[in-house]
Amino acid sequence: MNSAPSATTVTTALEMSNVRKVYTMGDGSDVVALDHATLTLGSDEMVALVGPSGSGKTTLCSIAGGILSATEGRIVVGDEDISGHSAKELTKFRQDKVGFVFQSVNLVPFLNARENLLVVDELGRRTGAPAKARADQLLEELGLADRAKNLPSQLSGGQRQRVAIGRALMNDPALVLFDEPTSALDTKLGEQVMELIRNEMKSRGTAAIVVTHDERITHYCDRSVHIIDGRLEA
Amino acid sequence: MKLALKELRRRPGRFATATIILTLIAILLMFLGGLLDGLIATSTGAIRAQNAQAIVYSGTAQASFVRSRIEPELRAQVEAVEGVTEVGGIGNVQLGARVPGNGPRDLASVALFGYELAPDGVPDAPPFGQAWADETIKASGVEEGMVIELGPARTPIEIVGFVKDTNFNGQSSLWASPDTWRDVLSANRPDAQVGADVFQALVVRGDGTDLPGAIDAATAGATDSYTVAGAVAAIPGVTEQQNTFNQIIGVTLAIALVVIGLFFALLTVERTSLYGVLKALGAKSSTIFAGLVAQAVVVTAIAALIAGALVAVLDLLIPPGSIPLLVTPARIVSSVVLLLVAAVLGCSFSLRRVLRIDPASAIGTTS
Repeated sequence: MNSAPSATTVTTALEMSNVRKVYTMGDGSDVVALDHATLTLGSDEMVALVGPSGSGKTTLCSIAGGILSATEGRIVVGDEDISGHSAKELTKFRQDKVGFVFQSVNLVPFLNARENLLVVDELGRRTGAPAKARADQLLEELGLADRAKNLPSQLSGGQRQRVAIGRALMNDPALVLFDEPTSALDTKLGEQVMELIRNEMKSRGTAAIVVTHDERITHYCDRSVHIIDGRLEA
Repeated sequence: MKLALKELRRRPGRFATATIILTLIAILLMFLGGLLDGLIATSTGAIRAQNAQAIVYSGTAQASFVRSRIEPELRAQVEAVEGVTEVGGIGNVQLGARVPGNGPRDLASVALFGYELAPDGVPDAPPFGQAWADETIKASGVEEGMVIELGPARTPIEIVGFVKDTNFNGQSSLWASPDTWRDVLSANRPDAQVGADVFQALVVRGDGTDLPGAIDAATAGATDSYTVAGAVAAIPGVTEQQNTFNQIIGVTLAIALVVIGLFFALLTVERTSLYGVLKALGAKSSTIFAGLVAQAVVVTAIAALIAGALVAVLDLLIPPGSIPLLVTPARIVSSVVLLLVAAVLGCSFSLRRVLRIDPASAIGTTS
């Protein structure tokens, strides 16, 4: 099933057409993790991808982010068609075009907040001074300027989440993928984090997919897309 | 790689265990190498010091002074070989020496050489009854001007000065005139005494691409000639010592390789999640592996440098002559290089694991 793009969208951040992902198991049988999924996101649209555990939402997210290759179908992120990309091309694509915020934040524990943002530049473009300026700017905008030198272990859960968002925005991505951003947080902090995500995405005009199984946070997104057994339902 | 080096700087405790173990292994490696060098140096100095293009023994001597005899007729054949410019006789006898002030059973082991052509670092032969001595004999209390007594006949020899790195078969060498050598030999080893113009071997100087081969060809096999390096290797026991120590050093290196391999394999397993995240962010496998290798090389280099410094200090603390330890910059550097190669090879065990880390593991693939 598909979901129509927002009426106000001029350009698209993501176009997925009839995307399938099939895993071949050890006994030779096939498991369909994603079944003819079609999804389009506007360039500043924020979509909640909701589904129970094992429904295929992370598979979809991984394919959209160039972490997994689809078995068939077409995927365009920003202006780049990644459907036929090799592993090397997908690595380059991830460096330049998408941002990730992982479920358990996953900051590099021995790097301070600023360096965690600069990792993206170090692994990719290696621009040096401009990257440092952008990291400082993002930390300022995220209210973390005074925490730039702190290690993740010296930050609160919410501050770590902000650093992770800053890291996802470092490469000025066309699309940011949030994997269960509130699953480890209590209700109040979860709402604060979703508020922060919405504000940051909307203020930058950046598209985002928020993977979640928690219906309570979907109202922070422009719309919700449900996925069950690998099939999308609007 | 910058990331890996930052981790080393900021979490040194994480690498402390590996660094300590590698330091101990490096100390063992350098100490074994120093012992090998010391043993070889004290066994071969007298031959290595020869400024010659060939060392000539008699045909059946198997490079042993004791078994070799060069009669004047054979010497004349050698002198007639094209390219030979100088020939000097040399002979040796190994005896116990009584040192004034030491107990009657406290003998110093010496190897007395009678020579015609002076080796490098040794002056021309002194008058009859005198000898230059290798400085290692000082450990037995011998001083310049002292008269020591050689062998059961207690032949007196006055020490007129000291030379360096000329020992033979692990014994301090004495360098004397051919007449002094013949006198000591006949007095203490009457079964091995030689005639007036007979030597045990010849030191040959000259030019030509293969002087030892030319000499053996000219004497129709009556001689067994070597280059200096060949003569060093042919000294009975030298090659066996080298092979034994080199095998122990090889096993030690293999242990270092396994320690490095296991340590970084464990680190890689522990960091699977972090590496998955970095790959998801766009890190190449080669970048991650290069970081791992950089950490292994730095840890190993630190361990090797600490070990090198400790072995050098140990060398200073050990009294001269107590154990044959010779610590040279070449041995330290070669040990460091071998350990660094082991570090890189040890890390390669983790390459497959790094390549197999799936960036999807950062966000899971099942939901």
